[in-house]
Amino acid sequence: MIVESRASRTMWSTVKYVFALIVVFCTAAPFLWLIISSLEPTQDLYSVPVVIRLRDFSFSRYAQIFQSSDPNSPAYVFRHAMGNSIEIAIVVTVVCLIVGFFAAYAFARLNFRFKRSLLFSFLFTYMVPSISLVMPLYIIFSRAGMLDSKFTLMLVYSSFVLPYTVWVLQGYLVSVPGELEEAARVDGCTYFGAIIRVIVPVVIPAIIATAVFALLLAWDEFLYALILTSTIHAQTISVTIASFVGKNVADFGMIATGGVLAALPPTIFALLFQRFIVGGMTAGSVKG
Amino acid sequence: MLLFPAFLIVVVVVLIPLIMTFADSLKHYNLLDMSGGTPFVGLQNYAKLLSDPGFWGSLGRTLHFTILSLVIEFILGVAIAMLLHAKFHGQWLLRGLIVIPWAIPTIVNGAMWRWIYNPSYGALNNFLVWLHLTKTYHQWLGSPATAMNMVVIADAWKMIPLVAMLVLAALQLIPEDVYEAVAVDGAGRIRSFFSITLPYLKNVILVVLVIRTIDAIKVFDIIYAMTGGGPANSTMPVAYYAYDATFNQLFISRGAAAAYLIAMLTLIFTIVYSRLLKTEEESK
Amino acid sequence: MKMKKLTTILSAGAGLSLVVAGCGQPIPTNNTTPATNQTVTLNSLFMQQAGYSQQNIEDMTKAFEKFHPNIKVNLTFVPYESLHDKIVTALATGGAGYDTVLTDTIWGPEFSKAGFLMNITKDIPASVNSDAYQAALNTVSYNGQYFGLPWIMDTKYFYYNQHMLQQAGITSQPTTWNQVMSDAKILKQKGIVKYPLDWSWSQNEALVCDYAALVADFGGQIVNSNGKLVVNQGGAMQALNFMVNSLKDGLSNPASTQSVEDDVRKVMSQGQAAFMLNWTYAYALENDKTQSKVAGQVDVEPLPGTSTVPYPAPSVNGAMGLAIAQNTKYPVQALEYIDYLSSRQVEEKYAALSLPFYKSSLKKQTVINTEPAMVKAASVQFNDMINRPSVVKYQTLSQILQVQIQKALLGQESPQQAMNNAVSQWNSQQNQ
Repeated sequence: MIVESRASRTMWSTVKYVFALIVVFCTAAPFLWLIISSLEPTQDLYSVPVVIRLRDFSFSRYAQIFQSSDPNSPAYVFRHAMGNSIEIAIVVTVVCLIVGFFAAYAFARLNFRFKRSLLFSFLFTYMVPSISLVMPLYIIFSRAGMLDSKFTLMLVYSSFVLPYTVWVLQGYLVSVPGELEEAARVDGCTYFGAIIRVIVPVVIPAIIATAVFALLLAWDEFLYALILTSTIHAQTISVTIASFVGKNVADFGMIATGGVLAALPPTIFALLFQRFIVGGMTAGSVKG
Repeated sequence: MLLFPAFLIVVVVVLIPLIMTFADSLKHYNLLDMSGGTPFVGLQNYAKLLSDPGFWGSLGRTLHFTILSLVIEFILGVAIAMLLHAKFHGQWLLRGLIVIPWAIPTIVNGAMWRWIYNPSYGALNNFLVWLHLTKTYHQWLGSPATAMNMVVIADAWKMIPLVAMLVLAALQLIPEDVYEAVAVDGAGRIRSFFSITLPYLKNVILVVLVIRTIDAIKVFDIIYAMTGGGPANSTMPVAYYAYDATFNQLFISRGAAAAYLIAMLTLIFTIVYSRLLKTEEESK
Repeated sequence: MKMKKLTTILSAGAGLSLVVAGCGQPIPTNNTTPATNQTVTLNSLFMQQAGYSQQNIEDMTKAFEKFHPNIKVNLTFVPYESLHDKIVTALATGGAGYDTVLTDTIWGPEFSKAGFLMNITKDIPASVNSDAYQAALNTVSYNGQYFGLPWIMDTKYFYYNQHMLQQAGITSQPTTWNQVMSDAKILKQKGIVKYPLDWSWSQNEALVCDYAALVADFGGQIVNSNGKLVVNQGGAMQALNFMVNSLKDGLSNPASTQSVEDDVRKVMSQGQAAFMLNWTYAYALENDKTQSKVAGQVDVEPLPGTSTVPYPAPSVNGAMGLAIAQNTKYPVQALEYIDYLSSRQVEEKYAALSLPFYKSSLKKQTVINTEPAMVKAASVQFNDMINRPSVVKYQTLSQILQVQIQKALLGQESPQQAMNNAVSQWNSQQNQ
């Protein structure tokens, strides 16, 4: 233990709690404000100075989003975009975890020429800015008749989520001793059987942490969705929210409501698996 | 066999478009001037770009965004990680809370801060007046002097938690006994932070530095959501410049060249990153 | 072991990219039409807006489909901000994107030059030719050739809060910009409103709309008859100085430089502005009790003038048109569709949200009844609208102007210096 005077310890303790309070405030306040804005009646939103009247709060905007059956209303478009985003993010996450796991396994266990360079070219594809790919992608998908489709977005999102999952999972797999599988194989497991029964359970924390990251990456994407989609067939939540801030329609109450709802799935997901995130990072990108 | 599906996706969605963009960047390809077709012009687009003060301006703003973001994210990220690593009452609350900003989509984050900064009804002006820190309402995103800094704050709010979590992960790997060894010397907290903690964090800091640098070079979404590059271009970074050249001015080859320069910049940082990891492995 | 496979993939990829790159040019389609008994599906691009609502456009389309059972129309709505991007990406790549698109008045020269839109000069209906306002026709023509039909007619009007003027003891509405300023001073001095004027001066096309109107009101020009940018002299400089001074004197809301039209509309609805320029849609909202604190107080007029250009002074042409994509497979059906949407009967039927572009329509009682004050202002202003510069690289010019005007407004450069820079930047752009 560190030897120090009582005065010094009290001072540090005070600093700690004051800092913690500031961090809690700064972290919570902006998002709380968004929630408040989504519940306030429109006239209170634009009043100066700010008024917060709890008794006037209402969930009417949320109800509108869940109930609206008029295909022209922003609420209806929003609900569809939400569905699209959920579908795309889940498919991308699951596919990239499975495909990425096997690729990562290959990188971690097998020896082949240019392994290291290949691994880094994977990393580079994760880092390529989307602005340098979006125009050609548009041309390719337009020729193939694949614009405005969820499948196209899943494919495109996989191109940057996959390198990420490969990178992190291989970092983790390297640290798992190979003897584990060998023992399993000796016990009569097939090659794949050994991977699934022995390796997967060991790396499950890393898989969960990677899943959280992958889901957030897919959920957050904006530019590809902006250019490659145009209707509620495939439009994602980010594009819909950006479109709320249009020329003549800037209803902030609705933007706030949409924002809260759009933030909810990834937030719940991240909170649920919060304890795995730090652990998974320890194994993955941090150790390299 | 195991790598095949992964490669297929990467080749189709990244490699081919990357080649196409490069091909475009070597032509004169302006949709508003197609009289001569799209002749091959070599590196002319790059030369034009590098002699355009507008491009250098956007590069400078990208630099501004990158450096300021990194400084804020690092100081606060490390401080918050230390806080989360220490023991205190209510720590569970903060550990949970800190994940939230990071989970909020960038576009929502941008729209949210734009609303907070709103010059007429924004929460920030209201709050500062209530605290008597200011008397008049400020034009946070309306003044070229502050707009970029305010965008950085909005972006940092979302990204500090990620830095904090990464640093926390590394902090948890530091063995307890190294601190005990110092305790004998009676080193103070601050001194022990600089002499023990920081050296242990060197690797994670380098790695996070490179990743965040690359993210910052690519910054686009939050600009789109918050300012659209204004006022007076004061928040227009280089990725937005490329977007504007392609989609607004229809100068496809110029946009492609700008986009390619950004891709090259990220490539350089990826190589730096790979070197960093290599030396780290060797030092083990 | 995997290298061989990888090489195969890579070379296959390279081959594919050559194929794709090889067909970069759109293949011109001739006007062949499939047999008429076959059902045809058109894809049409519109924007989400406050003029014609999505519901209106769907209703119009349903009525059209009833008359033409062999034509189906798929509608796509995007916000104004991404309309240009969508048209460009869809039409530039030559793919099967849209058959008809909604196009803004400022994109005409650009899209014509890029060859995106079909020339329909010979197909313009006689009723449009003889009865449409000149500004509407300007919106869909370039160098005497028509690439579309007018559809949405709009301009920026002068809105003012009558009640505030009365409170300040001002008995008549201002008819010159100088009077607007002196009235604003009185309103501010009497503490009736802190910032009497609010504008949409963020870095956005909205800024150029306000600027273009003011330049015309001060008797200036943006581009002269020789096609030269002349914003650094005469009336154009007076207009910019007017803008800058209104901010300096605290008469214009400093938030103007980060506002778009709808922000301004809200500020006025909150009773925080006495004067603004805005589009047609604002009138109904300002006088709607559920949206506005000043319902019943806001009046609309043509723009005030100056000593050189008397009231009613020109405003900016904000019309939009319907056009047909050059590479559509169904030019005949597409033309039938846009013909129908822009017909007098449809324009008049939906006049409540967007006024018709036919001169004779504005004289009809059914149209006047929708919003008498609005129609009164419109029938004056529609005759007196100026176009933003008709140049191919309009987006580039507009952006240079937006940035330089903002620099002047924000005090980063003197107005003269800012406009000199705009001219030299534009000239150097021209040489590329």
